[in-house]
Amino acid sequence: MNMIDKKLVDKTMRNQSGLTRRQMLAGSAGLTFAFAFAPAMDALAQAAGGKLNAYVTIAADGAITILMPAPEMGQGVNTTLPLIIAEELDADWSKVKVAQAPVNPAYNHPVFRAQYQVASLTTRGYWMPLRTAGAQARRVLLDAAAAKWSVPVTELTTEPSTIVHAASNRKMSYGEAASLAQVTDKLPEIKPEQLKPAAQFRLLGKDVPRHDLPDKSSGKLTYASDVQVPGMLYGTIVRAPARGSGPSSFNQDEIKKLPGVVDAVAFDHAIGIVAQSVPQLFAARQKVKATWKEAKGSKIDSSRDLKEYLAAVRDTSKKGVVVRKTGEAEQALAGAAKVISAEFTSPYVYHAQMEPLSCTASVTADGVEVWAGTQWPTKSVEEAAKAAGTTPDKVKFHTLQMGGGYGRRAFVEYVTDAVLLSKAVGKPVKMVQSREDDIRVGRFRPMTAQKVDVGLDAEGKVVAWRHRLAAEPVAPYVYSQARLESDKGIDLIVIYGADMPFYDVPAHVTEHLYEDRGARVAAYRGIGAGYTNLANEAMIDEVALATGKDPLEFRLALLKDPRAKAIVSRVAEMSEWKRKQTDGRALGIAFSKLGLPPVGFSMIATVAEISADRASGKIKVHNMWSVADVGLPLQPNNVAAQIEGALIYGLSGALKEAISIKDGAVEQSNFHDYEVLRQSDIPQIQVEVVRSGDIPLPVGELAIGCTAPAVANAFMALTGKKLRDMPFSPDTVKAALKA
Amino acid sequence: MASISFTINEKPARVDAEADTPLLWVVREQLKLTGTKFGCGSGLCGACTVHVDGKPVRSCQTSISQVQDRKVTTIEGLSPDGQHPLQKAWVTEQVPQCGYCQSGQIMQAAALLATNKQPTREQIVEHMDGNICRCGTYPRIVRAIERAAGGRS
Repeated sequence: MNMIDKKLVDKTMRNQSGLTRRQMLAGSAGLTFAFAFAPAMDALAQAAGGKLNAYVTIAADGAITILMPAPEMGQGVNTTLPLIIAEELDADWSKVKVAQAPVNPAYNHPVFRAQYQVASLTTRGYWMPLRTAGAQARRVLLDAAAAKWSVPVTELTTEPSTIVHAASNRKMSYGEAASLAQVTDKLPEIKPEQLKPAAQFRLLGKDVPRHDLPDKSSGKLTYASDVQVPGMLYGTIVRAPARGSGPSSFNQDEIKKLPGVVDAVAFDHAIGIVAQSVPQLFAARQKVKATWKEAKGSKIDSSRDLKEYLAAVRDTSKKGVVVRKTGEAEQALAGAAKVISAEFTSPYVYHAQMEPLSCTASVTADGVEVWAGTQWPTKSVEEAAKAAGTTPDKVKFHTLQMGGGYGRRAFVEYVTDAVLLSKAVGKPVKMVQSREDDIRVGRFRPMTAQKVDVGLDAEGKVVAWRHRLAAEPVAPYVYSQARLESDKGIDLIVIYGADMPFYDVPAHVTEHLYEDRGARVAAYRGIGAGYTNLANEAMIDEVALATGKDPLEFRLALLKDPRAKAIVSRVAEMSEWKRKQTDGRALGIAFSKLGLPPVGFSMIATVAEISADRASGKIKVHNMWSVADVGLPLQPNNVAAQIEGALIYGLSGALKEAISIKDGAVEQSNFHDYEVLRQSDIPQIQVEVVRSGDIPLPVGELAIGCTAPAVANAFMALTGKKLRDMPFSPDTVKAALKA
Repeated sequence: MASISFTINEKPARVDAEADTPLLWVVREQLKLTGTKFGCGSGLCGACTVHVDGKPVRSCQTSISQVQDRKVTTIEGLSPDGQHPLQKAWVTEQVPQCGYCQSGQIMQAAALLATNKQPTREQIVEHMDGNICRCGTYPRIVRAIERAAGGRS
């Protein structure tokens, strides 16, 4: 998030136009392209019969290859993005094959200026560049047909994969046009107004089957952990329990003598083991005895630390970094007729992606070849080069699909590890990690404590909203400390979601009190919204209760945005909010949003229906209804799948998940003590996807923020008691019932 | 070291391995059938599910010596061309997201339908409960199994 340059965003999002190669190489309009392969394109276009631009190749027989610039972690963008190109290209989708683009600045995400997949911005970010690329390729074909037929290009139209000259009743296939195409130095300039109006979309807005699902249903897709390279060995990395630590000593001689072990080395940051098979590797890893250097994180005691975080948010003499301020909340609070306060906590949580981190690397005299599932191909190449002691142009990088990302694979140290291991033994190495190691040295969503104080006037109207959050910052570990400081020390990742732009809150302040415990942290699906939205949405219900209002009515009155009101009303309808609840069940409602001012916000409203067993403290979520307004849903069924998926991911965090750290070491080790939501835990889910405009808005993380508050609000409706500490485990529920 | 003979996906196989080598790693790294996935190594997630004599087992918890003279089926052997009714249903219902857990999910489901052609929803959920999916495809998995069983049009 810190990488977003607002001016650049405005320009690239709203005003994409074709540039000449010279302009692109010169980096005009604030965009830097390095068309390293550009000079070869003319030759390719003629010789290979149809590489029309950076994205589209059409063979003489009409087969179309569209390159996918971004990674894929399951959200379906590797069908959606090529579909955007195919729409403007006016391609017969049945003739399209998708291939992964190389790591090259020509394919950079326009906002991040790298191939980098975070913040649910892949579709939104590539929307205009890919439409332009598709339209450009179409224009190249039209120019070829116009030249062949000696007609003005303005007289030509297209049908799927066909050029039509109605006046002379002639048609030409895209294949034929591609083999005639002259790809010159100047790509056709496409102005935004020349792109298809949304009303004319033929492909977008309806679902095509995702092209990678047959392979995912037959075991054919190759993930990084599946790669097979001749002569390959297997390696693993043993890190210190604490971040920033490294080995002082380990039983190297003993490990090296174990069956199948090829080498065992101490790097600065970890111990590396290479063996001939995975069982031998993991057996050797189990026998590692190491002493580790002291680091700040060696002293983490999450239970003790959380008490200190709470003390920090309570103590208003402790000032944090003010992230956002509208009006004068402190003043308005001081003058309020009534102040309602609440505290919230959330533990460290682990991404628990199903594929443990893995990467295959082969370092040779010529450079390094790497196979990785990664959210940051650009950085992966840079880090691989550094680790191999070479330069990025000597890195041959294969961007594979990830067995789960959720933010974890945006941190690419596992690529460095694989390269270091390969370099150490001079052979290709597949780096695999046990689940135990994946958890123990995971990078987590930071633990948080929050305090929200809401001031009301004599009529019960909200006049002030103060939100204090104590947590370890994530931004330095995602980007750099220098970048964090240059952004006035604002960590947008940790505090994300605390803003309330769609509510009528006249004075609002959000403040981040920085904790520095030395924990391993990272961006985690939904980032801050996973806990800030619990605080805000639970407080809205608490204020409603205190002022004698129904949470739905109060929320609708407090919301000032028509899109937000519409989905809150609709989800109330879907869930029959007004029906009297019986059978020990209750409904709770929550609103959430995803995006940033320059790119726009998607929104979601969710109702959860729960019951609770007071003896055991177990909450059962029976139903969830969600209405998601995502602007223009390009693939509505896929959007619904993402909403369902994020509801389940968020619910898992809300109900079950917790990492605890004692004496600097993570206490959990596998799925028996880090419990996640299973098939039997999930509610019946009904999702409605709403179209409200002509631009696709962020989807992947949208539903995370509304899950915990929907459950907490339902619990308060059911029992009158408050769930404020995640996860809402049986012990937490029982404690809340006693309070 | 032991020499273990068995059938895999209807073909004879013989591997030399320590008797307690998990079947998972023999399948993946010796036989190079990587459709079966490693998720936890402790029988807690289901990603490694294969069939031994038609019954679903967690291959990370099955030693190679246990499959001597037995018939092993992996996801690659479920059908020659991805056309098992479950695989077709998985595509129709657009089940997978990241896809990593899905081989295990499908193998687990296939074993259910082999013995119970018309499972109730409750039976499906109970049978599938050992297979974790982090992308949240659980509802679609159930719908796909119902579809393959003929319960959905």
